[in-house]
Amino acid sequence: MKMEGRQIVCKSLIREGCDTIFGIPGGAILPLYQALPEFPELRHILTRHEQGASHAADAYARVTGKAGVAFATSGPGATNLVTGIATAQMDSVPMVVITGQVSDKVLGSDAFQEVDITGITLPITKHNFLVMDPTEISRVIKEAFHIATTGRPGPVLVDITRNAFLEECEYQENEEIDLPGYSEEPVFEVSSLINQASNLINISKKPVILAGHGISISGAYKELLDLAEKAQIPVITTLLGISCFPEDHILWAGWPGMHGLAHSSLAIDESDLIIALGMRFDDRITGDVKQFAVKAKKIHVEIDPSEINKNITVDVPIVGDVKQVLSVLNDLIEDNTHTEWLSRIDKLREDHPSLTIPKSSKLLGREVVKQLSEITKGEAIIVTGVGQHQMWAAQHYRFKNPNSFLSSGGSGTMGYEVPAALGAQVAKPNALVWSIAGDGGFQMTLSELATIVENKLPVKFAILNNGFLGMVRQWQEVVFKGDYVATEYSGNPDFVLLAESYGIKAIRVTSKDEIKNAIEEANAYQGPVLVDFVTEKEENVYPMIPSGMSVNEMIEEPITGNVS
Amino acid sequence: MMAEEIFKSHTITALVEDKPGVLNRIVSMFRRRNYNISSLAVGHSEIVGMSRMTFVVECDYSILHLVTTNLDKLVEVIEVENISNDNSISRELVLIKINSDDSVSNEILHLVDKAGAKILDRNQGSMIIEITGNEDVINLFLLSIKKFEVEEIMRTGVIAMNTEQKYLNN
Repeated sequence: MKMEGRQIVCKSLIREGCDTIFGIPGGAILPLYQALPEFPELRHILTRHEQGASHAADAYARVTGKAGVAFATSGPGATNLVTGIATAQMDSVPMVVITGQVSDKVLGSDAFQEVDITGITLPITKHNFLVMDPTEISRVIKEAFHIATTGRPGPVLVDITRNAFLEECEYQENEEIDLPGYSEEPVFEVSSLINQASNLINISKKPVILAGHGISISGAYKELLDLAEKAQIPVITTLLGISCFPEDHILWAGWPGMHGLAHSSLAIDESDLIIALGMRFDDRITGDVKQFAVKAKKIHVEIDPSEINKNITVDVPIVGDVKQVLSVLNDLIEDNTHTEWLSRIDKLREDHPSLTIPKSSKLLGREVVKQLSEITKGEAIIVTGVGQHQMWAAQHYRFKNPNSFLSSGGSGTMGYEVPAALGAQVAKPNALVWSIAGDGGFQMTLSELATIVENKLPVKFAILNNGFLGMVRQWQEVVFKGDYVATEYSGNPDFVLLAESYGIKAIRVTSKDEIKNAIEEANAYQGPVLVDFVTEKEENVYPMIPSGMSVNEMIEEPITGNVS
Repeated sequence: MMAEEIFKSHTITALVEDKPGVLNRIVSMFRRRNYNISSLAVGHSEIVGMSRMTFVVECDYSILHLVTTNLDKLVEVIEVENISNDNSISRELVLIKINSDDSVSNEILHLVDKAGAKILDRNQGSMIIEITGNEDVINLFLLSIKKFEVEEIMRTGVIAMNTEQKYLNN
């Protein structure tokens, strides 16, 4: 059947299972937008900024496991997506981004709104395509979804010239992908390495599992639980691994690193075996690599061969999908107990409490998260930005459900919190989605409040409003002798009035006694709610391992009984 | 990089799709990961639509592993082969333009003859020499003519081939 390129784009998206698109129209992509009404299967969410579209698509993908889809026009529309694409790339999130491009006849002539977006996104996509011919659209979109969602997932950008949207050609429903250089999954071969791994696990006295984002990406929750329980191995997660293991489980041992829980970092330091699953030894976890877990042998199960021995040299590298590897490995593991080791970790937890909130009459950010966790029973989807509030969310929220923590881990993108909450709520309309935000990051993308209202999404926002770029201020306090440069936000809007101007219910909380009522009121309300928690201005996140240092240099909260 | 790490020249070849932007993708990976290419040569392969590239990279073995796995990760790279071993043959072609008056031309001709090089062009005052060989042959010859007035050197970059097939990846 003959069709125009724009219709082929829509047909191909539907064929690949896409049902939701986040985006904004503009000149070069306009023909595609004008075709959307013909395809009611495709729901388009009109964001207010392309960065919002890319983060929303990212969160939609993290929640559903499907590729998130974003549209933008050429030039500034495309460049506005860049932060969201880089965020998805760093956190291995599958996305298919379609951008309009100027017509092939003027391509390369610096035409109006022309930008080389395939060139710009080359280092921040898993792959990208420039399509100038409508006959290529169907196959390229199939390939884009295939690359985005298989192996180690990531974002794929497809830049389509305006003429290709409008020219006619034959639509091929059953396209064959043509990617001779792409191996979707590294073939996991059962080799002697798996026996070496099981031997190390069976003889280890102080093992820890270090579970990363790969667990939720491959859906290896049960396999992880089986491994941990079979040999009684404590489970430490990475930041993006949070919620891949139930945090009310006796074997849950927190998360480590720069602002991770002290006993988690100390347990890694004392361990004799690290079983690293679907993670990449990020510098926020290792600190100084020369001093990282020097007493431990290391098993590394990872789907991406280029992550093996990148940051940390390991003893047993196993390349493969973590679910597949564990299904073989678990059979080789003997039932075991590690009573002594588990009580040692308990002792570390008692001696180095990271979750004890000091007695204070002030409204502390941590207290807000702790009460939110209790009131929602750890069952909400938590979305965060980046900074102190993010660390408190990771520390004080006790996650019960898998894949319920959405945060920009690798890229550290402030501004993720608003559009990502929007994307998560679109993906799960009936879930309770709480966006924990700082007043800094919230202002980077707050324009998406309009999108939330327009689509009647009941997102709840908790702004931990300390009037500072809090994490940067903390670094200035600790590392730069309290020299606060460009971190105080004295011109903040009245967030309650701001929310109300969008028609969003808003509550201001200024004392700790009001936290519970405000959260309960927000939960009970049918629509979106913003709670402006006016928190203590100079509260710090503890523990803290300064950049590039080791667990030996960990700074724990001074025991003063009060936050000064 | 620690001082005690041993840097060595490694030769890698890659079979890649012959599509627009592939070279850009590959060198962009090297640049962003801070790997150093000391030589790069590209040309069509025996397969229609595929090119072969030869890279010479200066790095230690741990980085070499990252270079090859990151190369192999690129969608348009079909296979990567490490051919820095005894069972490989490598060649480079070099053109050299030398300013040569009569006082030195005999000496140059002698060196050219001894090294198995060729004179491609000769006029009053200058000559163009072609030499083909492995790294040692080329470097020795370049050393021997260093004392003359070399106006221009043009190198193709090393190309290399395994005498037996040994895949590092795949």
